[in-house]
Amino acid sequence: MSAPPLLQVEDLRLSFGGVTAVDGLSFTVDEGDILSVIGPNGAGKTSAFNCITGFYKPTGGKVSLDGEDITRLRPSAVAAKGVSRTFQNLRLFGELTVLDNVRAGMHLRIKQNAIDALLHTPRFRKSERIATEEAHKWLDFVGLRGDRAAEARNLPYGEQRRVEIARALARGPRLLLLDEPAAGLNHGEKNELLDLLGRIRELGIALVLIEHDMGLVMQVSRRIVVLNFGKEIADGTPEQVRNDPAVVEAYLGTEDETPAGPAHAEEEIS
Amino acid sequence: MASKLSSLMENRYLGWIGLAIALLAPFVSATNYSLSVMTSALLFVMLAVGLNIVVGYCGLLDLGYAAFFAIGAYTSGVLATRYDWSLLATIPVVILAAVIAGVVIGGPTLRLRSDYLAIVTLGFGEIIRITANNLEITGGPSGIFGIPGISIGGLDLSSPVAFYYTCVVAVALAVLGAARLGRSRLGRAWRFVREDEDAAEAMGIHTYKVKLAAYIAGAIWGGLAGILFGAQLTAISPQSFTFLWSALILMAVVLGGMGSTPGVVIGAIFVSVLPELLRGAADYRYFIFGVLLIVVMIFRPQGVWPTHAVERSARKRRTDDDSTVEVNQ
Amino acid sequence: MSQLIWNGLFVGSFYALVALGYSMVYGIIKLLNFAHGDIYMLGAFAGFAMLTVAGGLATSAGFVALLVVLVLAMLVTGTAGLILERVAYRPLRGAPRLSVLITAVGASFALEYGMRLVAGPNPEVYPVRLSGTTVHVLGARITLEQLALVGIAIALMAGLQYLVMGTSTGRAMRAISMDPKASLFMGINVNRVISRTFFIGSALAGAAGVMAGAYYGKIDFLMGFIIGLKAFTAAVIGGIGNIKGAMLGGLTLGMLESFGTAWLGGEWRDVFAFAFLILFLTVRPTGILGERVTERV
Ligand SMILES: Nc1ncnc2c1ncn2[C@@H]1O[C@H](COP(=O)(O)OP(=O)(O)O)[C@@H](O)[C@H]1O
Ligand SMILES: [Mg+2]
Repeated sequence: MSAPPLLQVEDLRLSFGGVTAVDGLSFTVDEGDILSVIGPNGAGKTSAFNCITGFYKPTGGKVSLDGEDITRLRPSAVAAKGVSRTFQNLRLFGELTVLDNVRAGMHLRIKQNAIDALLHTPRFRKSERIATEEAHKWLDFVGLRGDRAAEARNLPYGEQRRVEIARALARGPRLLLLDEPAAGLNHGEKNELLDLLGRIRELGIALVLIEHDMGLVMQVSRRIVVLNFGKEIADGTPEQVRNDPAVVEAYLGTEDETPAGPAHAEEEIS
Repeated sequence: MASKLSSLMENRYLGWIGLAIALLAPFVSATNYSLSVMTSALLFVMLAVGLNIVVGYCGLLDLGYAAFFAIGAYTSGVLATRYDWSLLATIPVVILAAVIAGVVIGGPTLRLRSDYLAIVTLGFGEIIRITANNLEITGGPSGIFGIPGISIGGLDLSSPVAFYYTCVVAVALAVLGAARLGRSRLGRAWRFVREDEDAAEAMGIHTYKVKLAAYIAGAIWGGLAGILFGAQLTAISPQSFTFLWSALILMAVVLGGMGSTPGVVIGAIFVSVLPELLRGAADYRYFIFGVLLIVVMIFRPQGVWPTHAVERSARKRRTDDDSTVEVNQ
Repeated sequence: MSQLIWNGLFVGSFYALVALGYSMVYGIIKLLNFAHGDIYMLGAFAGFAMLTVAGGLATSAGFVALLVVLVLAMLVTGTAGLILERVAYRPLRGAPRLSVLITAVGASFALEYGMRLVAGPNPEVYPVRLSGTTVHVLGARITLEQLALVGIAIALMAGLQYLVMGTSTGRAMRAISMDPKASLFMGINVNRVISRTFFIGSALAGAAGVMAGAYYGKIDFLMGFIIGLKAFTAAVIGGIGNIKGAMLGGLTLGMLESFGTAWLGGEWRDVFAFAFLILFLTVRPTGILGERVTERV
């Protein structure tokens, strides 16, 4: 038997009272893989992310990382195991500096305790210096142009998106979940994102994206999982998914054209 | 003007300036009355700085902070009067008692929505006050008398001037300690929790533990201030620890600027000294405080001296420059 | 035994009346209105002022006068609740939770010490005291005045139940508490419903204030502090945000206190109640009737 996949989601189920948000979702992600989860709004994509990362307690099914069951762990424990994420609606620490935001990702790796902090021991200074240097490194990596000492909420939207990715990377993840990273970005910014995703892959970090921009999804993904009303309706390569009748149906209703561009897709999503 | 003000607010020598003012104040007036007012103001600063850890840094509303103050004062008072301990020797016991109380109250409630903490702490304040009132060891309604002054190795520090300077040292350390904690890994985690608990969790921060740490740190600061309080008054009773105290300390933190050390220090001095200056208006002052809280929250929630997100090493990329005492956070 | 149960039910019906306002407001805008206990205090003082003005007339008319005053005091406190929401809470809708909580503390302070300015620091003696005939039911001593007060409390709660379940305002209230955003889209006037909720909750607390004044005979400007805490405890026990829960929680807390007092002595009553609150939050934070909800991430 081969080694277990990095992430394995088995028959994941989640309901809120009467609403079934996720209805039997299964997929795997291998080391260094890149996978997209697509589907109309309300399909349960974000809910699935929340289950994987411990924010929601699934009503059924199992999530494992390297074969180890992480279904019932609290979010911080999942993060500690190397799963990092961004949020669909940007969740930066708005009143804190950009650098502090990135330092959040390094929390578990900064080696100092309260006594070090009270006495400003050499260990304290060293750990702070390393943290600052590394924070700058990640901000360089995502190509942040704005002022790093500024309050995060004062940056333009596109820059804030970068900071959130830098923060997630600073966690040192093996698996990174991005929830609609291209939402609200202009054309140039989307291209830069595409480039950034490539460089993240080169670091050996596996990626799972939720994304509505079909152009981006088709270009970057190795595999695509399609959700509709919480149910998984397809799982395959971009080519297979593009031609899957069920997917075409879900996205375009009765029209029988292939879901080509983002403009098309977004019109249908409501 | 505005930029001058804000550069003053970020001045790194602010801590030293504050300390110098505290050291020189008795040269302006050293009557027993003024020393007692100034000593009380110092204790208030310590309490406000401690509560600021909980409310300002971590964003948790604690409405029963006087309870920790009471626990410190009673623990040290009982040990000193009944068992002849020196006040200094009671410090570890007071810290232990504060930590236990913090765990008992914070443990269950910090798992819940943050507003539950507010009201549970309110109830906790009452529990402590009523318990002190009912127990025999705490002297019941009349409390404890004859708490000794502080002495270090035979050096008696109980004269008003010596006690004032003792408090200056203790409170300066308390302010510095809280500010340093606030700028550390733990302090950052407190702010992350305050800003966005979910995002903090997603970064691997165990938000429950971090909140508990803030609550316990606040408890320790309050408990230690309680020792000084007992030493100053030599007598304490349940009457000294009503909700009014908790509310006034909160007022100091909120008016000064939640999370801002200089703001909170100024807020504490203001709230503790103003009533002395406005003796005539005593009837109005709590009413005005209440209205002020509402007005501040609606029109200037950041307080008079807000926190600035400061990044001292952003462009220079060096951090070996924090050897100066600096409490401007 | 049956005496203890009766005492618990009696005190519990006061708690329930105050807890209702707490719980309704929380259910709709997730605000812990710390000033709610002070609205109860305001009710007691409003009743006091009216009875004093009416003078001998009220004393001779007795119970009927009290009923009239009760209704008028409810209007006063209801309006006060409305103003409170308008002035202090509405400007902060959408502000961080901490700011709103602090505002509520400020409002509580302003009401308490505002009343102290008006009425002075010393307790006032209520001009009307219900002198009751005692009856014995299953071994419990019950006065007729107690029965009358419990009767009023039950009538008020029944009225509320009708309001919430049977009228359009009630439906709107329930809709908002379930999903505020969707309610807005469905054309519900959210501001108006919130105002009404404050009015109703505050009126109930005011009624409890008058009843407490008439029963216990003494009122002071801090009388709302402890009852506010108790009402919150009751609301949490029943499941905060849940109207039936508030009633159930009030009665449960009343009973617990009654038995706790018999067991530990009266001086430990409040300690017992708050310790129970902490214990309860540890074991079942959603309360008896509350449901677990997953907060959106
Ligand atoms: N915390 C929650 N409580 C109740 N319903 C929720 C919650 N979170 C998500 N839902 C519901 O679950 C469904 C799926 O939502 P979501 O996962 O956000 O979809 P997507 O990200 O695919 O657009 C929606 O009907 C949404 O309203
Ligand atoms: Mg989504």
